[in-house]
Amino acid sequence: MEKTIRKIFDKKHISRTISYLVVIGGFVAVQLLMNTVGIKSLFRSLLVPTCCYIVAALSLNLVVGVSGELSLGHAGFMSVGAFTGIIICGVLEPYLALNWLRLLIAIILGGVAAAIVGLLISIPVLKLQGDYLAIVTLAFCQIIKSLLNNIYLGIDSNGLHFSFIENRVSLIPGGKMLLSGPMGATATTRLATFTAGFLLILLSLLIIYNLTYSRYGRTIMAARDNRIAAESVGIHIRNTKMLAFVISACLAGMSGALFGLNYSTLQPAKFDFNLSILILVYVVLGGLGNITGTIIATLILYALPELLRGLQDYRMLIYSIILIVIMLITNNRKLKDKTDALIADIKARLPKKGSAAHD
Amino acid sequence: MKKLITMLLVSFMVFASLTGCNKPEEPEAKAIKIGLSGPLTGGAAIYGQAVRNGALLAIAEINAKGGLQLELKMEDDEADSTKADTAYDVLLDWGMQVSMFTVTSGAGSGVAPRYDADHIFALTPSGSAPALVYSDTKVYATTFQMCFSDPNQGVGSADYIKTHNLGTKVAIIYKSDCVYSTGIMQKFVDRAAEIGLEIVFQGAFDDSSATDFTTQLQGAKAAGADVMFLPIYYTPASSILKQAADMGYAPVFFGVDGMDGILTMEGFDTSLAEGVYLLTPFAADATDDLTVHFVTEYQKAYGEIPNQFAADAYDVVYALYQAMVAGGVTYDMTAQEIADIMIAQFTTMTFDGVTGTSVTWAPNGEVSKAPKAVIITNGVYVNAE
Repeated sequence: MEKTIRKIFDKKHISRTISYLVVIGGFVAVQLLMNTVGIKSLFRSLLVPTCCYIVAALSLNLVVGVSGELSLGHAGFMSVGAFTGIIICGVLEPYLALNWLRLLIAIILGGVAAAIVGLLISIPVLKLQGDYLAIVTLAFCQIIKSLLNNIYLGIDSNGLHFSFIENRVSLIPGGKMLLSGPMGATATTRLATFTAGFLLILLSLLIIYNLTYSRYGRTIMAARDNRIAAESVGIHIRNTKMLAFVISACLAGMSGALFGLNYSTLQPAKFDFNLSILILVYVVLGGLGNITGTIIATLILYALPELLRGLQDYRMLIYSIILIVIMLITNNRKLKDKTDALIADIKARLPKKGSAAHD
Repeated sequence: MKKLITMLLVSFMVFASLTGCNKPEEPEAKAIKIGLSGPLTGGAAIYGQAVRNGALLAIAEINAKGGLQLELKMEDDEADSTKADTAYDVLLDWGMQVSMFTVTSGAGSGVAPRYDADHIFALTPSGSAPALVYSDTKVYATTFQMCFSDPNQGVGSADYIKTHNLGTKVAIIYKSDCVYSTGIMQKFVDRAAEIGLEIVFQGAFDDSSATDFTTQLQGAKAAGADVMFLPIYYTPASSILKQAADMGYAPVFFGVDGMDGILTMEGFDTSLAEGVYLLTPFAADATDDLTVHFVTEYQKAYGEIPNQFAADAYDVVYALYQAMVAGGVTYDMTAQEIADIMIAQFTTMTFDGVTGTSVTWAPNGEVSKAPKAVIITNGVYVNAE
């Protein structure tokens, strides 16, 4: 028991503990507020998307931060997950009345679909490095969007009907369209809940931390830090990078499935290049490889444009100014030294408190 | 001591924020609260701004009469369905009693089921997709349209090109990831096949390729098209006009209501739009009293000639006002009570506005009025009939 507690608070695992505390603390606080005084509809509507963006950013951090490869196509994986999830839910709706079970199946299968796509993509992609990898992932995101823009899929009592490019799906009365090209999914039953989002964040934290602390994680980081040295000690570079890439795709797919099931309509155009960049911004401003930082950056940066609504026409202007300011602060040596000193100060105090409490 | 002060301040802040949440949002009983969401930033911002201007003008006029008072709150949705969802929540928090829905189709299709589920009446000035008023499986009881719907625009355009003999070979450039554009394009193609209009070229583009149209234009030119149908928004349309002029290709350009706004676009050389046809319910040069009054007042207030979006918004406010007065809506009614009255009024009443006379609504929320074609001459819309 003592060993476990020490393991939670020792130097190596403290960042993990902080991540969990931030997430669980946030969940408990929101739940308390919701059940006591109530929160505005605006905040309630932001809860699920925030969770989705956090998971997407965490998964991207695995590729960009931990594995050190620049991927610009993360929205593509979210898109695959989202539309797989929506289709699964649409198909299961008549047979399965339990909402949470349908949501769970949709999230899992969304993750699996994205992982399969990720695996296929990673075969050509991970033979490339640096800029080329970024370009290919970017193209992948566009391809996914274009494909989904042309898929027409409907369901009626005779089963599924599919057509490509032109809408030739004709349904018997009572049937409904699951995907209709550029209009995307319309009239989806909204299943996503905040609790599901919270559990998904916990799951991704569990996977990411267990991976980075394991032997596989160390090989991934070794491959990132010095490719030649890692190869010389017998690490298979492509396989290790592929592991990170596929896990990342899977988590992004899961977040996409939850995201898709949070809206009654969703267009494939939503998952474009801009969304990939947006998630990348969360990761970069939160700190590459820094999990807690990513969570906090996503929270602040996603909620900010909505909280700035009071400023009316000026809100996007203010938002971009804030982005630039954050970028400058995190890259300014003087300010960075100060914040580092502050963190060191806090760290110096923490173990004392910890040991005093458990002696 | 410092700690004590901090604790006190923190507890005060927590208390303040809690009471902030707890305060019931009482309607102030001074005006009917009208909600609206539309793009105020981003690529479709001209639509949102025009709608806001038109609506505010109508509200100012109505409030000056001294009868039933109206109040508008507009939220930015960047023409995105997920942002519109959030904007809807903001409007709910504000205590919206009746709504002007969304400005664009893409945003509106996301919130239409919510208006229906919450039973709040919504009349969109310019969201023309059928998905705003009904889906495959159900008709949304509380959502209505002021503009004519996409299928009607596609059919209307094909008919106009055929009957007025604008050309014999038609090229279409459309945006493949846009609900509005593909909706109109498909109906246009279907109608063209029915009435024997030859389509020689179809070029698609999407969000990521919305700046360079040389491939599509060269394709259309090579196919010998003499009419180009553009069921797209004004931003890509302006690039197409510019690039076509650069390569010396001058077919007859024919747009729909998304083309509206091109003359007020910043940095656009309006001489490029000379001779462009567009299908719109509103022509600023019309001489009837309502239109003349609206155009002069709008110019006085904003210093520009109103486009169709402003006109639609102006009509929406007056249509809502007419129904509210006729139905006896009072300030203290809930949104749901008002919705029942409004549905009863809208399915039976006839409305005369600047975008059409003797306008009526079908129970499914679609409007019936006649589309008009205008041609841009010397930088203004002139009735093409």
